[in-house]
Amino acid sequence: MTAPALLSVRGVVKRFPGVTALGGVDFDVRAGEVHCLLGQNGAGKSTLIKVLSGAHRPDEGEIRWRGEVVSFSGPTAAMRSGVAAIYQELDLVAGLSVADNVFLGHELSTAGFTHRSEARRRTRALLDRLGHPDISPDRDVGRLSVAHQQIVSMARALSLDGQLLIMDEPSAVLDPDEVRVLFGIIRELTAQGVAVVYISHRLAEIREIGDRVTVLKDGRTVATGLDAREVRTPELIGMMTGRVLENVFPQRKPVDPAAPEVLCVRGLTDGDRFAEVDLTVHAGEVVGLAGLVGSGRSEILETIYGARKSAGGTVEVDGRRLRRGSVGAAVRAGMGLCPEERKSQGLLLDQAVYRNITVSSLSAFASFGFLDDRAERDRARGLTEALDVRPAGVERVVRGLSGGNQQKVVLARWLLRECRVLLLDEPTRGVDVGARSEIYELVRELADSGVAVVIVSSEVEEVLGLADRVLVVREGRVVHEGPADEIDESRVLDLVMEGHAA
Amino acid sequence: MSEDTAAAVAKEKAPAVKESGLSALLGSAAGRNTGLVVALVLLCLGGVVTAGDRFADVDNLLTILRLAAVIGVVSVGMTFVITGGGIDLSVGAIVALSSVWATTLATQGLANDIHWIVIVLTALLVGGACGLVNGVLIAYGKVVAFIATLASLAAARGLAEIISNRKTQIVNVPGFTAFFDASVLGVPVLVVIFAVVAAGGWVLLNRTTFGRRTFAVGGNPEAARLAGIDVRRHTVMLYSLLGLCCGLAAVMLIARTTTGSATHGGLYELDAIAAVVIGGTLLTGGRGTIAGTVFGVLIFTTLSNVFTLNNLSISAQAVAKGAIIVVAVLLQQRLARRSGA
Repeated sequence: MTAPALLSVRGVVKRFPGVTALGGVDFDVRAGEVHCLLGQNGAGKSTLIKVLSGAHRPDEGEIRWRGEVVSFSGPTAAMRSGVAAIYQELDLVAGLSVADNVFLGHELSTAGFTHRSEARRRTRALLDRLGHPDISPDRDVGRLSVAHQQIVSMARALSLDGQLLIMDEPSAVLDPDEVRVLFGIIRELTAQGVAVVYISHRLAEIREIGDRVTVLKDGRTVATGLDAREVRTPELIGMMTGRVLENVFPQRKPVDPAAPEVLCVRGLTDGDRFAEVDLTVHAGEVVGLAGLVGSGRSEILETIYGARKSAGGTVEVDGRRLRRGSVGAAVRAGMGLCPEERKSQGLLLDQAVYRNITVSSLSAFASFGFLDDRAERDRARGLTEALDVRPAGVERVVRGLSGGNQQKVVLARWLLRECRVLLLDEPTRGVDVGARSEIYELVRELADSGVAVVIVSSEVEEVLGLADRVLVVREGRVVHEGPADEIDESRVLDLVMEGHAA
Repeated sequence: MSEDTAAAVAKEKAPAVKESGLSALLGSAAGRNTGLVVALVLLCLGGVVTAGDRFADVDNLLTILRLAAVIGVVSVGMTFVITGGGIDLSVGAIVALSSVWATTLATQGLANDIHWIVIVLTALLVGGACGLVNGVLIAYGKVVAFIATLASLAAARGLAEIISNRKTQIVNVPGFTAFFDASVLGVPVLVVIFAVVAAGGWVLLNRTTFGRRTFAVGGNPEAARLAGIDVRRHTVMLYSLLGLCCGLAAVMLIARTTTGSATHGGLYELDAIAAVVIGGTLLTGGRGTIAGTVFGVLIFTTLSNVFTLNNLSISAQAVAKGAIIVVAVLLQQRLARRSGA
């Protein structure tokens, strides 16, 4: 070992009523390294973060911080010792300024009076250190971009002299160029001796930024201290899933050139974020939209679906023109949308799985307005079994399911309707590797059965791997259209970034 | 587990799955409402102990039910609006306006000329229209429900005062009074109406697409919209339904007091919201129970009755009501946390 362990975790066990979330976790983090944690959803990563950052206390095991056994009484105590977590759902307070957020919970004060100018000055210094002097300490956090909010979260983590940053999927909400900036910051910090525990589903990122990898499965350490650049991908996936994945993306079938046009969008404009979008999808075809966050790709999808009002242009399904700005009309015409924000836009989180599945098909289960509850459950059960939603049980509340299984529930909703056009916005965000390939296969199967699919994703690899045809969107315009196998990732990135000169 | 025992377990489970209808309904309703049942029983015991036969008397119990009936009908409607993620502060004012409009000399004249049902229809129409206005303001005008209905509260009561010239309007339509004074098998008509509304409300909320959409709209309006539900239209229907309930409550109030007045329905908004919330409906929407609401109404009405029988002041009743609301909500949070874990 070259450097002594900054943090050392031995045999940590955390139990919740009815489940053992962590069943024995061991790993070390050295000063100045980026230590990646890998594991499927439900493997215990989130619990581990909460244990490390003081939000949960371990039931067994030992955590040593700089050589001494510690037991943090809470997140603030952990922060004071130099351990800070940056959660996936950023825990900032919109409405408060950047400086207020950075010092929230440990305000600089004397006798209850805050030192605003001092807080501002230190915030400015922290933001400089993070390479973002462009963020003003006085800005309202709610008005910042997600990427900038993440920077503020990092500033907050460093505000108490953080020596270990735990980052839970920081890249999930970022564009490729923003991820590059983030990696620059992480490299700066590690050069200063700060250690980072980095969690991500994206293996490519782990190779780029990580030093060592620890793999968790079912709450246990499967392997620890692997070299992030040397270890082979199938090996990692095998350790995470317990099985071997050969090819993540399913085989494409050639699209029948004579297949009818199902979705036909002409000159769609919303007068704000995008203009003059033409898009045709044939039966059995998967069309991918690639573009940066904010390029207008999600807005295009939502406008096609009628969730936003268009300012011009037409949307036709099977040759019939849809009423503008009417989701109901789109759904009746056979469209379905899996929205970008699964939890806030897609699901009734506190309701049963089957109710989430049947919500768009209620009239199919009703006679004179009265619902046939049992038929609903039966149909939902059939779908969840076919999609292998785990844990099984259509009465379960959706909130308790992992990201991948929640996404399957949203997909099941549209499977039930046997929709003609499926619009997928970031279908694998927050979904682990195993469930990802299942979702890819499902999308492919749907297409093969004649559904027209449009997929939007921040991950270019996903768009290229899954789609038959790719449209590249930049600043609300389609700048390229062509078969997916005639373009590669770097070319797409070039197109996407053009004029962005990073 | 051997295969035999597994099969035995499966066999035992099978009939349990098939068990449906009334027994399952009663079982689940009682299970979820244990706390409310216990509270009601304790209140009744308190009544028997402190007031003895004056409490445990058929006439007294019918009085409680007759009092509960009016606010109960409003509370059932309120359950829908709150489950759907809304709130309505104007229910008391709508009851007042409906009661006044339905008892003007002109309306009474028509009622005497044509049929007493004119009074009923007028009240329902006025109540439903008020609800419709609330719903349209909230759903299409995008006015926050709290503010929109606060405005309606002021406006409706003001209009009621203008129409009635602040005078109590006495009802002199014999057919009307006779119908609502009657009893069915010893049960007053008002109580029968309440029972029918509660049962209908239960069915509507738990067994129909309308009810399911209400849960969806209240649970996550954005997800409901993207799932293809017309959230705005549904919101309008929810408030209109509550308006109709207010109109019906006004009819019942007219019958009980034989008057229409701009002062009718005072603080009904608070009583109804309190009953709904202690019944277990989530104030943030997405979860609602008609059975709980009925228990909530009965608890409050019984409490008033016991206090009145013991010659305790209205003010003491108010304090007790407040305490009950706090305790009920605290208990609910505990229970919710336990079942969630």
